[in-house]
Amino acid sequence: MLLSVENLAVSYDRIKALHGISFEVEEGEIVCIIGANGAGKSTTLRAISRMLPVEKGTRMTFGGQDLLSYPADKVVSELGVSHVPEGRRLFANLTVMENLKLAAFARTDPRGIERDMERVFGIFSRLKERIGQKAGTLSGGEQQMLAVGRALVSARRLMLLDEPSMGLAPLLMRSVFEALEGINREGTTILVVEQNARMALHFAQRGYVLESGNLVLEGRSEELLANPEVKAAYLGG
Amino acid sequence: MAFFMQQVVNALQRGSFYALIALGYSMVYGVLMLFNFAHGDVFMVGAYIGFFVSSGLLALSAVGFLSLPTGVTLALVLVLTLIISMLLNSVVGMLVERIGYRPLRGAPRASAAITGLMIGIILETSNLALLGAQRRSFPDLIPGETIHVLGVNITPKKIVIVAVSLLLMFGLHLFVRRTKWGMAMRAMAYDYVVVPLMGVSINTIALLTFGLGSALAAAAGILYGVAYPVLDPYMGVLFGWKAFVAAIVGGRGSVLGAGLAGFLLGFIEIFVAAFLPSTMRDLIAFSIILVILTFRPHGFFGEPYSAQLRL
Repeated sequence: MLLSVENLAVSYDRIKALHGISFEVEEGEIVCIIGANGAGKSTTLRAISRMLPVEKGTRMTFGGQDLLSYPADKVVSELGVSHVPEGRRLFANLTVMENLKLAAFARTDPRGIERDMERVFGIFSRLKERIGQKAGTLSGGEQQMLAVGRALVSARRLMLLDEPSMGLAPLLMRSVFEALEGINREGTTILVVEQNARMALHFAQRGYVLESGNLVLEGRSEELLANPEVKAAYLGG
Repeated sequence: MAFFMQQVVNALQRGSFYALIALGYSMVYGVLMLFNFAHGDVFMVGAYIGFFVSSGLLALSAVGFLSLPTGVTLALVLVLTLIISMLLNSVVGMLVERIGYRPLRGAPRASAAITGLMIGIILETSNLALLGAQRRSFPDLIPGETIHVLGVNITPKKIVIVAVSLLLMFGLHLFVRRTKWGMAMRAMAYDYVVVPLMGVSINTIALLTFGLGSALAAAAGILYGVAYPVLDPYMGVLFGWKAFVAAIVGGRGSVLGAGLAGFLLGFIEIFVAAFLPSTMRDLIAFSIILVILTFRPHGFFGEPYSAQLRL
């Protein structure tokens, strides 16, 4: 088991956002969490990357380590968990190259960094053409590529992806997901949260359904795609 | 003309102090969205550290304990004083961050402002308590005859002060633009929240920012002590406020902006005092600043930043 989440509960200003959810991700998997806006998907990822305080009773382990004993920056630099946040959150004032270099900030293996940068440019060749450009001037698709690229350079055992399809035209979205599949084949485990349930379930091998802070369903992607409730609620009937 | 040029020379010197101090305000404001109201007093502490380090070095070399080459003794003492005091004062700045501000990260802005004012008062009064009320006179590290160039009086002090200030500002500019640490500072200025997701510790960058600002404040304190050799525990209050205003005019987080605005403030002050009663100096200087801020509310060159305050 790579990631194990048990009884994860989070509140914002005393309003419960997650009511104690439990799930697991195996090494090498692509797992998705689908759900409506406000169901708690982003909150789940933020809790795993330690960007949010969790409530008592929550247990989370990554690779056998107690996740809760690591601060956010060490989750990335020591455990190898990267997080592509909602809205991408690039540093618009830095260039494409600087964004990637910053992602490698805590790494001490210059050769490995170089190799990973090359890998990013191999997957997203358009980024290479824009290397000296400020990230704020990139198109939406290019920004998503850079956000994923940054995550790949920072850590690559587990990648947490928050709505990678958001704001992308269908064709571009497909190519981003294809790139992500390639990244997964090279050994990075992926946990993705998506509102676009159809896209996510075709991409992932397994999925969970999150509803108002509770996990209500789980299963293999084919099962969830065929599930009448999922169909009615998330796949447009 | 000579009178005018004389004022320019004087203004460059005065502007150097404002610029060096303004950089500390601006960097902390840029990187941490925080006004470090204790910074004027950190400048004062830097001046005192400089006083003790330079007096100590001079005393050691006078008794022969420290053998410095004759002829350049004072120059060497100045350089050593700058280096040692900047290092020591950066520790002071980091302690201010660690003890005063870190526990308040995420707290309402006003808490940090109050803390800053309190730390300032603590630094002033503990200086008073430890060292007594008598003023200290800073050793004259840059003696030398006044040079007359086309009717303008230039002292070696003025040249060294302006040159060292410009050099330090240029060094900081290179650091912020060219190193990975500077890059992390710029990233944090843009989007503070998301920086840990890059594997970068916010605490480390916060310490670095306070350390750099305080080192520059120490340099300003030493140069100030060389120019106006009387130190007192409250020397950083009004001076700090003025540098703070220069930082705002320069634009949040901008090294170039804080430098330019520091010099601008120096020019306004010196020229007002040259042509009008000097009691009008601050009134007119701040009125001009207010007019500038009316037309450029974000200052000259503020770093852009993301409007998203949480992840």
